[in-house]
Amino acid sequence: MKCVIAGSNVRALGRAVHALSRIGDELYLEPTGSGLSLRAASPSRSAFASFLLAPLFFQLYQPGPPAAPPRCKVHMKSFLGVFRSLPALEKTVERCLLLLRPRASRLVLQLHCKYGITRTHNLAFQECERLQAVFDTQRCASSLCAPARVLAEAVVHFPQTLAEVTLAAGPGGRISLRSYVEDEAELGKAMVTELWLAPDEFQAVAVVPDSRITFCLKEFRGLLAFAEASNLPLTIHYDAPGRPAIFSLEDPLMEAHLVLATLLDPESSSQPPAANGISHAPAPSDDFADDLESYMIAMETESYGEDSGAPPSPTFPLRTPHPIESDPQEEEEEEEEDGAVPGTPPHKKFRSLFFGSVMTSGGPSPAPSQEVLAEDSDGEC
Amino acid sequence: MRFRAKIVDLACLNNFSRVVNTIARLAKTCTLRLTADKLYFILCDKVANGGVSMWCELCQGNFFDEFQMEGVAADHNEIYLELTPENLSRALKTAQSAKAVKIKLTNKHCPCLKVSVELPSLSSSSRIVTHDIPVKVIPRRLWNDFREPRVPDFDVSIYLPALKTMKSVVERMKNLSHSIVIEANLNGEMNLKIETDLVSVTTHFKNLGNPPWASEDGCQSSAQDRDLESMAEARIDIKKLQQLLAGQQVNPTKALCNIVSKRIVHFILLHEDVSLQYFIPALA
Repeated sequence: MKCVIAGSNVRALGRAVHALSRIGDELYLEPTGSGLSLRAASPSRSAFASFLLAPLFFQLYQPGPPAAPPRCKVHMKSFLGVFRSLPALEKTVERCLLLLRPRASRLVLQLHCKYGITRTHNLAFQECERLQAVFDTQRCASSLCAPARVLAEAVVHFPQTLAEVTLAAGPGGRISLRSYVEDEAELGKAMVTELWLAPDEFQAVAVVPDSRITFCLKEFRGLLAFAEASNLPLTIHYDAPGRPAIFSLEDPLMEAHLVLATLLDPESSSQPPAANGISHAPAPSDDFADDLESYMIAMETESYGEDSGAPPSPTFPLRTPHPIESDPQEEEEEEEEDGAVPGTPPHKKFRSLFFGSVMTSGGPSPAPSQEVLAEDSDGEC
Repeated sequence: MRFRAKIVDLACLNNFSRVVNTIARLAKTCTLRLTADKLYFILCDKVANGGVSMWCELCQGNFFDEFQMEGVAADHNEIYLELTPENLSRALKTAQSAKAVKIKLTNKHCPCLKVSVELPSLSSSSRIVTHDIPVKVIPRRLWNDFREPRVPDFDVSIYLPALKTMKSVVERMKNLSHSIVIEANLNGEMNLKIETDLVSVTTHFKNLGNPPWASEDGCQSSAQDRDLESMAEARIDIKKLQQLLAGQQVNPTKALCNIVSKRIVHFILLHEDVSLQYFIPALA
């Protein structure tokens, strides 16, 4: 793979990396026919972000042989280090070259700067399987679209340390954001902030009345900063509590998605049947099967064999009032947020998204009735 | 017990925010006392605070366009609340362009000060942000703990040097020592001293001036007969002093301190509409 980025797009790449760095510790790169894909996922698999940079984004784009697309991951810190200072990027960098050298296992990042200075960074990479979250905005009942500025101005009222926020559709079509207080003990101590936005602040509002979801604000801020700097409208698709929320933005050169797990709402009595763990998935297509594999493998370094041997993981019931019934046709169960793995951050019962139920080393133990079928064998990080 | 207040003027909001920011830097939790015409932020000298105490007084009329208060009882028309000033400071921080800020005492799940900020927006209706700040209502039987501290029988009273200068001196000294000695005399001279095994540093200030305290019957007699050159000194925790100086966002109209030798240093900072008194006890 070889790509060259010129001019202000270098800064855009830098900003994308900053946004991804809020999500995970490893940056996954995959050059495809439709562009260079940069992805990251949180260690507990409750957040996934991807940026797809179209070929037109580049001055030169050579993804490499389509038959064997190189997929690699690098340490986020190393990659971010190259783009750490965005103002410096703007001032001094004229061109950026990305080159994959498979034999040396190195990803070369070369910045051509003013005054004839060239900075070359050789980052070690590891080959890996595809990191892919399965999500489908079509299946989301509610969606909102707002200029990034509006959302940024809304989010500024919440403390930087606030972990989660609840987005709700209120009376009169108004949308509210409210700080989420984790447990009863906190109620008497923590300050609760709530903000209301009128429907005409949004470019589009199509929400289920009284719907609400709770997601991690910290992870969202990363993408929001990117959207604000790029001046792009942000679209939020969401469904019932527990199902992932999808934040997207796009322009002709680039598209970005952030998928966040949402909190299962124990008080909500109207759990759709899918939330119980049984999915009524369509028959898996070929693509689907490919992603199925990815769940099982889900970014652990060593590539598992095609037949990993482990059947798709069962769901882990969490905080849901209904008992989870296991479905013998497990193939179809690999739906978006089927695996309700105790996720990030600790103590939070987010349903894990879409990576299946591979237990991560940091997670709490599964419900006693379930067994861990796919052990996390990844020793790193 | 009811309380509601409203600020509409941006300058007043700005001033009030600055006062709250200063208080937030000085105390993690403190008591807010509300009367018909004044607000007080009070910190009483518990061991947990390191013995410091604070008394900050504001005239509500200088800040609020509307102020309605109904105290605990008719003859005790006051409200005492315990709160975390940092919360109030944060709520006001992003309200600096607000059309109006309302503060109300509510009790939905628990007693709260509800700060409602009405912000301008490009849409037809304003954006409303509300912050529910949990507070504890302090019962009347404990009100005695929060009485206004008396001016101590000081040995020397002296105006402080420019706070900015004093702050930068103290900040550098903070890296070298945990305690600092403040000494001053009635000749307008003040020294800030630190001494460690390795180094001792003294900064001298001259021509500061000594405030003329009206001699009330014998109260200031210890100061009257005092030799002008003789220094009164107290060793205090340097962090506490640094917090006080760092918290000052605006230059006070008058800034002075009263030193009771080896016992306590009493700082008085006066602004147009706010007065702040801060007591730092001497270290053993």
